[in-house]
Amino acid sequence: MLLANFLMLSSILFCIGVYGVLARKNAVMVLMSIELILNAVNINLVAFGVAGPAVDISGHVFALFIIAIAAAEVGVGLAMVLLIYRNRSSIDLDDLDLMKG
Amino acid sequence: MDAVWGDNTAQNIAFYIIAAVMIVAALRVVTTKNVVHAALYLVAVLVGIAGQFILLGAEFIAATQLLVYVGAIVVLFLFGIMLTRAQLGKDRDVDGSNAQKWSGGFVALILLVVMGYAIYGTDGMTDVELVEERVQTISQVSDSIFSTYIVPFEAVSVLLLAALIGAIVLARRD
Repeated sequence: MLLANFLMLSSILFCIGVYGVLARKNAVMVLMSIELILNAVNINLVAFGVAGPAVDISGHVFALFIIAIAAAEVGVGLAMVLLIYRNRSSIDLDDLDLMKG
Repeated sequence: MDAVWGDNTAQNIAFYIIAAVMIVAALRVVTTKNVVHAALYLVAVLVGIAGQFILLGAEFIAATQLLVYVGAIVVLFLFGIMLTRAQLGKDRDVDGSNAQKWSGGFVALILLVVMGYAIYGTDGMTDVELVEERVQTISQVSDSIFSTYIVPFEAVSVLLLAALIGAIVLARRD
């Protein structure tokens, strides 16, 4: 298997995730797109771990770290979304214009 | 001489099939109007990624992916959808304006072109074969985590604890 195939697959998933973050306005959907981005990076890391001349375990370890951090991120993110919903009865990101941006 | 995986047609075919399913499901995640369907398509993408990890010889990460993502994070998403009382069925209100969609698509496309050029335009990048001898066992991963990466590992444990407490503080009703 070629390394470039995996890198290209991961790039495509990353770009789909970026599109989701930019085009969605439901906060839960944006969090899902962020998961797509994090997973795309994981494929990259693991693929680089089995390529190249030297044995390098870092790819696997970093992929595990990213999985753990993604879990933490989703937990806090959904708690914040819940708080926003409780205060404003909507998770529409366009409604969050308190800063007049 | 290292054995290369490039000769193995079955693995290449498996890669392309799983990749096609993943890309279609990922596109559905970001385009479907139904929030619950988006979460279920996300499951398809995550399982596909676990399949790619198995193809890459990273069984432990594939198992972790299934346990943490499909088992925990997607359930958390479904809880989030339920608690924010998203409309069941089609929800017209999940997509941004057309300007947002077009600019998002434009940015994503430009990014894809740049990354594709970086991958296929770099000398020698397209003929790097993945090498079966590089596949690492679980014991090597654990040795590495508990020796070289012990400080980041402890930091991640503290981070998880902080996230747990933070989520409870944020979400509890007083």
